[in-house]
This record gives sequence, C-alpha cells and structure tokens, in this order.
Amino acid sequence: MNVTRRTFLIHSASIASATAMLTFAPFVLADGWNRQAFTDKVLNDAMKDAGYDNAVKSTDILLKTQDIAENGAVVPIEATSNIPGTTSLAIFIDNNPNPLIAEFSFMNGAEPFIVTRVKMAKTSLVRIAVKAGGKTYFTGKSVKVTSGGCGG
Amino acid sequence: MTDSVKMRATQQGDFATIKVLFRHDMETGLRKDSKTGQLIPAHFIDLVTATLNGTTVLQAQWGIGVSKNPFLEFRVKGAKSGDKVAVSAVDNLGQHYTGETTIA
Repeated sequence: MNVTRRTFLIHSASIASATAMLTFAPFVLADGWNRQAFTDKVLNDAMKDAGYDNAVKSTDILLKTQDIAENGAVVPIEATSNIPGTTSLAIFIDNNPNPLIAEFSFMNGAEPFIVTRVKMAKTSLVRIAVKAGGKTYFTGKSVKVTSGGCGG
Repeated sequence: MTDSVKMRATQQGDFATIKVLFRHDMETGLRKDSKTGQLIPAHFIDLVTATLNGTTVLQAQWGIGVSKNPFLEFRVKGAKSGDKVAVSAVDNLGQHYTGETTIA
C-alpha cells in the first residue's frame, strides 16, 4: 500500500473542499461564470482564459477613468468600443490580486458601452479588452493609486 | 430582494440609458476581520443579466474587483419610452437580486 499516495489523495480532497467552501460554491462554471479566468493571478493567464489573448492595441476603444485614484476601493471606469461588431468587453487590472475584473456581453441592441466602478489594489495599468468579429483588441491607461485615506 | 437594486432608465434620442445600483458588500475573501484576524469569506455578485421587454440585451460576469455597492450603466438602441427594463443578478452564495423599471 502506497501510504504517500494515500496521504496525498486525502490532502488533495480536503484542500479542494476547503477551497470550494471558502471561496465560492462549486459548479458555478455551469451557470456561465468563468471561474478559471476570474481566479487567475497573472494578467496573461487571465486574458488567455477569458479568451482575450493576442489582443491588438486599438485607438477605437475609449477608456475614461481617473489619472490619480485617491480611493482605490472606488475607481470609476467608462468604456466604449467603436470597433464594428463588438460582442463583448472586459476590464483587466494588471496589478490586482485577480486581474480580470468583469466581462460584459452585448446583444439585441445593447451598445458596446459601460460605466462601472472597480477596486484597485495599487497603481496599475487598467485595460479594456474587446472581442469583435472573431478578433481581440485592447487599450490601456495607467492609474496611480495613492495609499491610505489622507488623500496623498 | 428588490430593495437591493435601484434602477433608472431614460430615453435619449436613439438609445435608452439604464443606470443600476446594487446594494451588496462585494467581499473579496482577502480581507481580515480586524477583531478576530480571520479572513472574511468572499461574497460577491458574479452574474448579471439585463433584459428589454423580456429579451436579453446584456450579460455580465463579475469578479471580486467590482466595487462595493456596484454601479452599472449601459445603453440600448431601438428602445422606446414605456419599454420595460429588468435586471437580475446572482451572487457566489446563490442569492438572487432583481430590479425592474420603465423607460421614462
């Protein structure tokens, strides 16, 4: 009997169930939530798992946000895609613990435009990535996050 | 939990602008309770769907990086005053949130 293997299996099982309980209910992917992409810790992995790898830089994506965010907990984001055939748009923040913030899919007359508010852990590039006509595009803007509540 | 979703929809020329405010803590799972030192479990809205007269126009997936009390604004072409806009959301613990309004 291979004790090492058995110990390993028991450990894997308990870690897996603990992780599932602590973070999110299992099988959410079945409902359409891209668990892998949202839990990736590195930008390139998150972009790849969300289907935005090989994105080409485009000036037809507009990103309005703050240059300096005094409160990293609430950073306003306005994103517009002027690329014809845009079907979805995603927000990535390079230096956040999980770089993928949100993805929006547009259909039946919805414009490729959103306004929302995001959390930023620290100074980072904020990226808007877009899927249009089977291709991917992005734009980016650096946002400085000043620490603490004193306003820097 | 209709109380948790506030909506306003207005027609501006060719398209309707819909603004939605959810009341939700959007806990990341990375914060520690200052008293106990224990991690506060993640609790965040992860799926959002918006419909115009029952037809889906927007689907969103959110992670822990969306701010507390999430705000969402979007636009729909081809809508008109009097049309019904509805939003439904579900969080990672399976709680549902819905809101509905009429385009002014």
